[in-house]
Amino acid sequence: MGSSASLDAPAPVGFAEKIWRINWGLVLVLTAIAGVGVLALYSAAGGRFEPWAARHAVRYGSALMLMLVVALVHPKVWLALAWPIYIVSVLLLVAVDVIGKIGMGAQRWLVLGPIQIQPSEIAKVAVILVIARYYHGLRREQAGQFLYALPPLAMILVVVGLVMVQPDLGTAMMVLMGGGALLFVAGVRIWMFLAAGVAAVACLPIAWSLMHEYQKKRVLTFLDPDRDPLGAGYHITQSKIAIGSGGMFGKGFLKGTQSSLNFLPEKQTDFIFTTFVEEWGMAGALVLLGLYALVVVWGFSIAFRSQHHFGRLLALGVTAMLFLYMFINTAMVMGMLPVVGVPLPLVSNGGTALLSVMFACGLLIGVNVYRDAQLPRTR
Amino acid sequence: MKHFRKGDGERSGLFTRRALLLGGAQAVLLTALAGRLYQLQVVETDRFSSMAEENRVSMRLLPPSRGLIFDRGGVPLAVNRNNFRVMAASDRGRGADVLVERLDQILVLGDAEKIRLLRELRRSRNAQPIVVRENLGWEEVARVEFNAPDLPGVFIDLGQSRDYPEGDLMSHIVGYTGRVADEDLAGRDDPVLQLATMRFGKKGVERSLEDDLRGRAGAVQVEVNAVGRVVRELDRTEGQPGANALLTIDLDIQRFAAEKMKEHQSGSVVVLDVITGDVIAMVSTPGFDPSTFARGITQAEWRDLLDDPQRPLHNKAIAGVYPPGSTYKMVTALAALDAKVIDPWTRLPCPGFLELGKIKFHCWLKGGHGSTNVTEAIAMSCDCFFYEAARRAGIDRVSDMAQRLGFGKVSELGLPGESAANQPTRTWKQEKIGKAWQHGDTFNLGIGQGYMTATPLQLAIMTARLANGGYEVQPNLLLAKATPREELAPPAPRTKPTAPSLRLNPQHLAVIRQGMSDVVNTGYGTANALRSKQPEFTYAGKTGTAQVKRITEREREMGITQASLPWHLRHHALFVCYGPVDNPRYACAVIVEHGQAGGATAGPIGRDVLVETMKRDPSRRTDRFRKMASR
Repeated sequence: MGSSASLDAPAPVGFAEKIWRINWGLVLVLTAIAGVGVLALYSAAGGRFEPWAARHAVRYGSALMLMLVVALVHPKVWLALAWPIYIVSVLLLVAVDVIGKIGMGAQRWLVLGPIQIQPSEIAKVAVILVIARYYHGLRREQAGQFLYALPPLAMILVVVGLVMVQPDLGTAMMVLMGGGALLFVAGVRIWMFLAAGVAAVACLPIAWSLMHEYQKKRVLTFLDPDRDPLGAGYHITQSKIAIGSGGMFGKGFLKGTQSSLNFLPEKQTDFIFTTFVEEWGMAGALVLLGLYALVVVWGFSIAFRSQHHFGRLLALGVTAMLFLYMFINTAMVMGMLPVVGVPLPLVSNGGTALLSVMFACGLLIGVNVYRDAQLPRTR
Repeated sequence: MKHFRKGDGERSGLFTRRALLLGGAQAVLLTALAGRLYQLQVVETDRFSSMAEENRVSMRLLPPSRGLIFDRGGVPLAVNRNNFRVMAASDRGRGADVLVERLDQILVLGDAEKIRLLRELRRSRNAQPIVVRENLGWEEVARVEFNAPDLPGVFIDLGQSRDYPEGDLMSHIVGYTGRVADEDLAGRDDPVLQLATMRFGKKGVERSLEDDLRGRAGAVQVEVNAVGRVVRELDRTEGQPGANALLTIDLDIQRFAAEKMKEHQSGSVVVLDVITGDVIAMVSTPGFDPSTFARGITQAEWRDLLDDPQRPLHNKAIAGVYPPGSTYKMVTALAALDAKVIDPWTRLPCPGFLELGKIKFHCWLKGGHGSTNVTEAIAMSCDCFFYEAARRAGIDRVSDMAQRLGFGKVSELGLPGESAANQPTRTWKQEKIGKAWQHGDTFNLGIGQGYMTATPLQLAIMTARLANGGYEVQPNLLLAKATPREELAPPAPRTKPTAPSLRLNPQHLAVIRQGMSDVVNTGYGTANALRSKQPEFTYAGKTGTAQVKRITEREREMGITQASLPWHLRHHALFVCYGPVDNPRYACAVIVEHGQAGGATAGPIGRDVLVETMKRDPSRRTDRFRKMASR
């Protein structure tokens, strides 16, 4: 065993080789997306670096450092840390919910001394890690069995439930769909998804009764924007007007008329795509979507090249999360989905989301760096 | 090793198939996004573009209601009155030409107005409305409303404009407001100042209390269409009205003083409370009508005001500078006493003139006063005594005493445009004239002539400081300020000055005050004709006559007298006084420009105003205000 292992196992990877294996092209694409963010935030502030664009650039710079460090950590470390990270993130979510109850109203932040933590951002990554670890330890037949699908489902639903009561519908949706995608590629049978879908539809009335008034309003408004064109539907309508009036090539940098008038809430976060597309048109939008598509393709290729299942699932989970982020946000501002409050990754203003996205990208690149590492199938 | 390699191969195959499915789904979703973009940005772009044109959300500031100004009794001096304005908005001047032509047909604008409107319409950003005309009558309002369909972007706005019920009586104190000028913006980043309808204090209290009176703007977020008409209101934040101000002025005394000044062409009266420094009255005649400025002054009116030789826009009480003449003699006397170069019993001779080298310094009394002590010298206003007293004390000590009494510097009154006048010193002359100080200059200064100038306010401050026992009171115009009108109330009356002491010898002050009392209350005093007719309201004073044109020896021989000179060359008449004699409370300074002789013209005004003030005694009465406020 010992000798065959030494024959099979590739020579240990040196530091220079690790650096070489970092997907520098991917880093470049991510940086380009963040650059679009700086441009859009500069414009959203009326042609000023303050208060968003400059900070965004600085934050991206430090998040990039974090990403490179994470990328150089051996996957076995993440394998070992998956459960602790998941448990801690669940505890933090509970803490934030409890404090939210006491402190009244929506609570997404946890203040620990000088730093603010948004536990749902950690939980997103934690769910991917823990599910990847779970399936890494299963055989193929086991992955297809109904009973083995229950624990990961529970892992997802615990987080989804805790995030939903915050209430943060957008993140809950993201975790649910991202986790679902991960179960799908891990080998859970298709009929189980269909069954879950049927069950979900059956549960809709219950979910409906549990939703907050404003959430119901958003769903109704999404289904029929003309219902309340001056209230909740107003922002979607205005966003569509801004995007639509941008046309093929946009109104030009800093020339957006809709965005410069403060009719959009959160124009620096959730509606940043609107600001960008109004000024750069369909051409700019396609370039941005193309950059995201490049990231996704890169993620898939990293997943395919990974020699270990943990890496594959991790890479795919991260990729799916990024895609969902991007899709939900852009579909929302174009009126294809209800307004749920999901930022556009790497473009929207906001430190925690940027950090968690870059952390996840670090994991993704790490899979490539250690693509031929041998990981024991522990449970 | 092999066994998990094999298992891994199976897993990897399934993973790849599933992953490709997922990738396919993502590709479909991405295509959907692109399709949506195409739908919005290519298929429907025209519809959305026109909607974007129609939709403008703009933030409009709600100008705060300006604080009101009252006299100490609660009588309104500056109020706000409703003002109907025609406003117009267009998007970066689009259609401005047609709009202005139509407005011209309805409101009859002049050519200059048309040019101004076109310029402002083109400059206006985000379809911010501009003011076409203010203070509309009902007929004009009706005409604009009737023609509304032909006037896109034009609307009637109900705003407020300033009104001054007391007109020229309070014009110099209250001042007026005007359009915000560029220099008004310095150091103030209040966005409300950018509003076309906003007014800014330009003169008087309107200026000095501008930051209190203005208040904080509210804001309303409105959706407007391309021609600036408000479609709906989205959000509204109320502002805060400006603080109301209660002035120290007693309107009755102010009116009384102004009446007394009427018979003279030009001059000023200042009445101070010697304990608190409250300005009880401050008249500068002639005044002007501040409402002219509130409604927008015409070029011709402005010219007339500027060209008037009696300078109605000039607040002579604080900006008029005159040689103080004999009213300055108390300063010289106090400086000499303080320097111990004379004592209260020192007698100095007056042969009618003193000689310094070849120059003769005349006393106003041709034959001279004989020998006098300081009290008598003040009472009879003997020039020779003060030439000698000034010579003995020296320029430095006289100047220093004058500055302690308030000369040569701007007071803490706070009104814009106050002059420091000129208290000459050795260094001042060296720097400004370029010559060394001469003994003759000291002689002239001793009787308040030569380079020496003062404002009526400074004369009143000096008198107040002499009368209150040597406390450095500062004039003060603001009694109280408060945003809710109910909280506006005068402070409790005071009987002791809170200002720092000047550390003057009380005995010296008593001697000076005795001299001032003797001016009025003895047979040999220069103003003995002006003795108070009511024995309960005694007072003390000092006359002064300030030379405007020196009558030369030659002219004197030719028989030229003051009365025969043209008005603008005649002497200024001055009078300072305080009362009651035993327990002084009020000080008064009067200047009648070119009034020839202090005792004859300025004196009666000073006496009457001072006696009237003592009679009404505004400092100890607050009951009148309470009555007004509760009404």
